[in-house]
Amino acid sequence: MTALIFIILAGIAVFCGINLVVQTHPIASALSLVGVMGSLAVLYLQLGGEFIAAAQVIVYAGAIMVLFVFVIMLLNAGAEGTSFQVSRFVRYLGAILLAAFLGLISLMIQSTLPRTEGVTFGAFQGTTAAVGRKLFTTYLLPFEVISVLILIAIVGAIVLARKEI
Amino acid sequence: MNFLILSLIKAAIVAFVLLTTLAYLQWIERKVIAHVQLRVGPYRVGPHGLLQPLADVVKLITKEGLIPSHVNKLFYLLAPFVAVALALVSISVIPFGPQITIGPVTTWMQLTDLRIGVLFVLAVSSIGVYGVALGGWASNNKYSLLGGLRSSAQMISYELPLALAVAAPLLLANTLSFRDMVNYQSGYWLGFIPRWNCIPEILGFIVFVIAGFAETNRVPFDLPEAENELVAGFHTEYSSMTFAAFFMAEYANMVTVTAVATLLFLGGWTPPFPEPYSDFVPIIVFALAGLIALYHGLNPARRMDKFTLPAAALLFLGIAAIFGLSLFVPVAKAILMALFWFCGKVLVLLFIFIWVRATLPRFRYDQLMRFAWTGLFPISVLNLLATSLIVALTTK
Repeated sequence: MTALIFIILAGIAVFCGINLVVQTHPIASALSLVGVMGSLAVLYLQLGGEFIAAAQVIVYAGAIMVLFVFVIMLLNAGAEGTSFQVSRFVRYLGAILLAAFLGLISLMIQSTLPRTEGVTFGAFQGTTAAVGRKLFTTYLLPFEVISVLILIAIVGAIVLARKEI
Repeated sequence: MNFLILSLIKAAIVAFVLLTTLAYLQWIERKVIAHVQLRVGPYRVGPHGLLQPLADVVKLITKEGLIPSHVNKLFYLLAPFVAVALALVSISVIPFGPQITIGPVTTWMQLTDLRIGVLFVLAVSSIGVYGVALGGWASNNKYSLLGGLRSSAQMISYELPLALAVAAPLLLANTLSFRDMVNYQSGYWLGFIPRWNCIPEILGFIVFVIAGFAETNRVPFDLPEAENELVAGFHTEYSSMTFAAFFMAEYANMVTVTAVATLLFLGGWTPPFPEPYSDFVPIIVFALAGLIALYHGLNPARRMDKFTLPAAALLFLGIAAIFGLSLFVPVAKAILMALFWFCGKVLVLLFIFIWVRATLPRFRYDQLMRFAWTGLFPISVLNLLATSLIVALTTK
């Protein structure tokens, strides 16, 4: 049952990911990305990372992608044309190179990964309390540094956007 | 009993009650606004317009579903579906009452209890904005687009104070599950003050309700559908069932927001008075309602009142009698008392939603944004800081 759900959701995620690149309209691409986020959230849930799953939906699908869609709607961006020139040489050589690249990547993954058991469903300690404890003990310094980093980014964005200063 | 069958039965009950409530909520809203404005409201279809929701549903179903030629069909049809599906799904984690035992079956009066129930509701409501934004954009109409844009901007802005207001009671109760939240709020200070979160978290409660008005696009924050500026906002181009879907989503969101407010701040199904006294409240309330209806039925102001009001009186007195009899049956008492207090609190909050709609004018757009960012947001941050300080000082 869990394997079936995993296959379906992974399929949806891959399909949405490909659709994101293939679609010519920005809104369709943005919504495909939402689909990827949503199916990833369910995969996290399967692993037992319930807090990460909820945060994934709230932060990525609910906040960041809404902003993306908002900006696309505000600029009223239309469909992008696909009529850029592609020579036949590039097309055929590109297919071969892509296959070679994918093969290389899979070889590298095969060789570098240790031969251990894969992750089992629900084995991950991802309750809200566990995540919070980790954040405030083991990963306290990175956590705080990231918050300062985000603050710097926000201040920088405001400084760049305001003309008077 | 089998888990699957039990869940199916509970889901069927919840779905039926929720959809009926949504239909009649609209009747209640029209009636309340009418009486605030010294009108009678729906009165023609059935006694006191009680069959009006049915007539509306039949009208909306049988109307021609028009798809304008200039719209983006896929997103145009997807938008109302997204809106209504996400609006209805939150109810699945809302608990209506405690654990009950009927014969051999022991179950909770709740579809499912997630450990992250509160986060689930927040996540679903944050996705819900896509319905409105997409509908406005796909309609390919400047008024709709403006409505969709306003709605997304408003929901992004008001989600912050809403989430911060929710975080404060979560800190107090140290849980994300609605069930544990209500358990934390049971009991009384000094024996008679309920331990509800709205007493220490009064600021958070007010911020939550105000942000809830904005999240559900209700007056005074109903700019996405401001009639006098935007025709009907994001659903201008919708007709028939697609329009009904948006309408239903708005009312379902209202029910969700009020139910979450009840669970987080008003103690869920726990009564406001200690046990022996609270048992008599429903009997007194329904008996009083019945007697008032009987009095007005015997002194009719309108021609039909001498038939309809005694019938209503009979109904209310019957409910009072059922509550009275339930005092002797522990199972029935547990179910009825929990439902009475939970639905009572939700209905009071819904009445406030309707009352505000009948009272307040609409904000201007800049006022709306300034209010969120310079008013509600700092207040909710301060409230959260104060709460965390108290929690940090009082817990070991």
